[in-house]
Amino acid sequence: MRARFFPILIGFFAVIMLVRLFSLQILSDEYDDLSLKNSVLKQYVYPERGYMFDRNGKLLVSNQPMYDLMVVPKNVLPFDTLNLCEMLRISKDELSDRLTKAKRYSLRAPSVLLGQISKQDYAALQEKMWKFPGMYIQRKSVRAYQTEVASNILGYISEVNYFDLETNPYYIRGELIGRQGIEKTYEKTLRGKKGVSYLQRDKFNRVIGPYKDGQLDTLPTPAQDITLSIDIDLQEYGTRLLANKRGGILALEPATGEILMSVSTPTYAPNLLVGRERSTHFRELKQDTLSRYLFDRSLQGQYAPGSPFKVLNALVALEENVIRPSATFMCFSGHYYARNQFMACMCKPGTVNNLNRGIYNSCNTYFSNVYRRIIDKNNNAAEGMNTWYKHLHSFGLGNYLGYDHPVGQPGYVPNANFYNLWYPNQRWRGATTVSNAIGQGEILMTPIQLANVAATIANRGFFYTPHFVKGIQSDNIEPKYTTKRYTSISEEHFTPVVEGMANVIKKGTARIAGIPGIEVCGKTGTIENFTKINGVRTQLTDHSMFIAFAPKENPKIALAVIVENGYWGGRWAAPIASLIIEKYLTGEVKRTWLEKRMVEGSLIDEYAKVTSNKPFSINE
Amino acid sequence: MNKFARFDWFSLFLYSVLVVIGLANIYSAVYNADDTSIATSYMQKQLISFGLGIALIFIIQFFDTKFFERYASIFYMLSIVGLLGLWVLGTEVSGARSWYTIGGFSLQPSEFAKVTVALALAKHLGDFSTRITKMKDYLGAFLIMGIPAVLTLVQPDPGTALVFLGFFLILHAEGLPSFFLIALVCLFVLFILTLLLGVYWVTVAVILLAILYIALLSKRKRKKAIVPTLLTAIVFCGFTYSVSYIFDSVFEQRHRDRFNILLGKEVDTQGIGYNINQSQIAIGSGRFSGKGYLEGTQTKGGFVPEQQTDYIFTTVGEEWGFVGSFVVLLLFTLLILRIIRIAYKQKTTFTRVYCLGFACALFVHVSINLGMVSGLVPTIGIPLPLMSYGGSSLLAFSIFLGIYLRIAYQRTA
Repeated sequence: MRARFFPILIGFFAVIMLVRLFSLQILSDEYDDLSLKNSVLKQYVYPERGYMFDRNGKLLVSNQPMYDLMVVPKNVLPFDTLNLCEMLRISKDELSDRLTKAKRYSLRAPSVLLGQISKQDYAALQEKMWKFPGMYIQRKSVRAYQTEVASNILGYISEVNYFDLETNPYYIRGELIGRQGIEKTYEKTLRGKKGVSYLQRDKFNRVIGPYKDGQLDTLPTPAQDITLSIDIDLQEYGTRLLANKRGGILALEPATGEILMSVSTPTYAPNLLVGRERSTHFRELKQDTLSRYLFDRSLQGQYAPGSPFKVLNALVALEENVIRPSATFMCFSGHYYARNQFMACMCKPGTVNNLNRGIYNSCNTYFSNVYRRIIDKNNNAAEGMNTWYKHLHSFGLGNYLGYDHPVGQPGYVPNANFYNLWYPNQRWRGATTVSNAIGQGEILMTPIQLANVAATIANRGFFYTPHFVKGIQSDNIEPKYTTKRYTSISEEHFTPVVEGMANVIKKGTARIAGIPGIEVCGKTGTIENFTKINGVRTQLTDHSMFIAFAPKENPKIALAVIVENGYWGGRWAAPIASLIIEKYLTGEVKRTWLEKRMVEGSLIDEYAKVTSNKPFSINE
Repeated sequence: MNKFARFDWFSLFLYSVLVVIGLANIYSAVYNADDTSIATSYMQKQLISFGLGIALIFIIQFFDTKFFERYASIFYMLSIVGLLGLWVLGTEVSGARSWYTIGGFSLQPSEFAKVTVALALAKHLGDFSTRITKMKDYLGAFLIMGIPAVLTLVQPDPGTALVFLGFFLILHAEGLPSFFLIALVCLFVLFILTLLLGVYWVTVAVILLAILYIALLSKRKRKKAIVPTLLTAIVFCGFTYSVSYIFDSVFEQRHRDRFNILLGKEVDTQGIGYNINQSQIAIGSGRFSGKGYLEGTQTKGGFVPEQQTDYIFTTVGEEWGFVGSFVVLLLFTLLILRIIRIAYKQKTTFTRVYCLGFACALFVHVSINLGMVSGLVPTIGIPLPLMSYGGSSLLAFSIFLGIYLRIAYQRTA
């Protein structure tokens, strides 16, 4: 019995050990993960972010080095703190705070002592680095903007946030992501794909060599440069013209749908959002709720379209065959569209307007009648309204246009259902909703939609989805940007409307927009608008609006201009549009007197009324 | 049977294979791709020890078994003197005064004492007048084990002390009254229960069991056994209290922590639990077939402390996986079983007890070391025989093996 004691004990032990090893090595995979976590470092190799050029090949966005001061706390020896603080422009307390944080993170692994040091500070710092053992400088790449304008188009990049990390497994903490504008839409194109190298770490978190001799490593995929469709000179010019005014300009090339400019004022220089002061600047821009720097008026601003909308009603009426171009309506400086309901007009009493005159005189009476004929066709307002809605929808109204910029608004076009809910018992007709006739009712449009309408009329019936990107280094732009989108209006109906729009400049409301030698077609708008001041609905000075394209035959540019509270269309918007057309088509502006008036004109006083807390008068 | 075939080649083969596996893993444990000279120097030192070990084994084969039996007491005395001499001439390394430093070499007398204690025990039990069941004789055996155990415990080197006490297993195998083993097991269980549940509940449980047993005894009318049962219960309660007293008052915090971590009462992977956590990560991440030689990330990163010595098995676990670990475990088991088989073929008590002593020493080392690195027993510094880096340990086990081989050879002579 005693002789068996030893062998049994040993067998017992061997079995226990075998079970233990089996459970450690085979059953549990927790240790494998733990091992990778504490001994293998994934280090990423980032391709340089792609550049952006304008349509003429001018460099808009490139990269610049920024410098991070790194520290390995264990190697730090006593140093001249005052000297370092001065060079970094931080206080002594902040420095010791940051040092403590770095120590807490790791004694032997490097951490960032101070990030985003500019080139200038770096130059000074670099000479003195020998004085600060345990510290070194690490180069980083950030954006460098070669232009002072177009911040609303280009957008910006910023560090990934918690949401990005949750939703997109590509990113890890501390990486940069396109946050707004083209940087966001074309994030994948501009960033390329990071490569990864696996490194072996030791117990002190130090890297001691490649992991598995780099067999698992991948190379980065280079980023691609992007050529934008915008003309940066035009963008700059537009920004200058809108100085001290709130508003937006959006210009397109009708033949391609390429966006030539997209101005929103007031604006900011894109370089403000680079470097150490980024967050300060961003906060300032974000907190100004009156100027709304981060609000893109050309893409997001939803305005009642006003008179430019009349041309759409004309087109729908022609298509629906409820008028002929020769049909006339008489205007008595307005008309009664229902009992005791008078709609005023700028026409002299007794003016007889056909389609052409209706457009260039911007006759409310004419379009009120046209609109009522559309809606009340077949004595069925709901059917008429939905037909009207369908036609407008084909112009891309009431919906996102599908352009390649992350911001935007759909605008609004009402349909029969909307009014059925609004007026119970379905007791509504054309006359009930007659404000839509002159673009003042429930309709909302953004400048890009207005510009697109101008481009569609210029093209006589179709448009390309507007887009900001003309070309990608070694890739094609999306096919949807090269596909024609036809409206539901037949081509022949555009001819009389275009004629009317040409006369707006020749003898109508926008004679100031005439350019010698170029036949411009346009339509002014003067838009009533309201705001709430201390809870009271208050009318403000009208918005000045203009849509146009030029030249009349084979148009090269179509655009929409809105100047908030600029009063009538011919006052600000039409001149600004014509200056842009002149600049774009001829390369120089001869009407310097007009240019001067626009550039120097300011509406600051007008905007100050709202916040003045005093009664004020409008439209003066 | 010719002279050549009578030699126990198999044990020598197992020994050599284990040493070679050890060498390869020591190299990996200290390997640094930038500077291979460190690993090479470790290798060289261990190779020298291996060479010396083989040479010693060879030399020992020229001595008769009788020689070792006759001088066992002298060797024992010498090793006790060696252990005592540490107080005067010893060098303190990482808190323990266990080494003599002569020139560039250091020598650990406690390693060699294992051999001499095995010899002395064998001689003691092998004496024709010794009866292990007699109190005088087993107390003598306890003394032989106890003296070096105490001397190493105060160095302090509890791991080695445990090896000396582990020779208790031979005494049991040789017929020591079962009372001692039962008592030991009971006390061990009480010890663990006290740490887990606290004094109060263990005392209550002991008293309840005693009452139950006494009730059972009175029914069967065996009243004679009541008094010893009561005495046992009292001793157990006293033991429980002393365990709790020793644990709380005599142990240092680090000892308490080691137990607490093992019993799952405390989780601390950065401080005291770092070793055990890292060694489990290393072994566990090896999975079935391991990460490959010199490819272990934990080994390369130096996450496991003392990896080339006490924690050498973590390298095997990480780089060779379950397969490698299994092979090492198998080799050790085979070697120990082989020695025991030979032991029971011996015709004299001296040779049998010596062989059992060798097997016992190996077993205690291997079981405690593997138990420690895999997180089954508390952290106790004890090398893995034949594989861990360290000249004294390898040489001591070579001498152990040498004498054993001589005995095995002479058995049929």
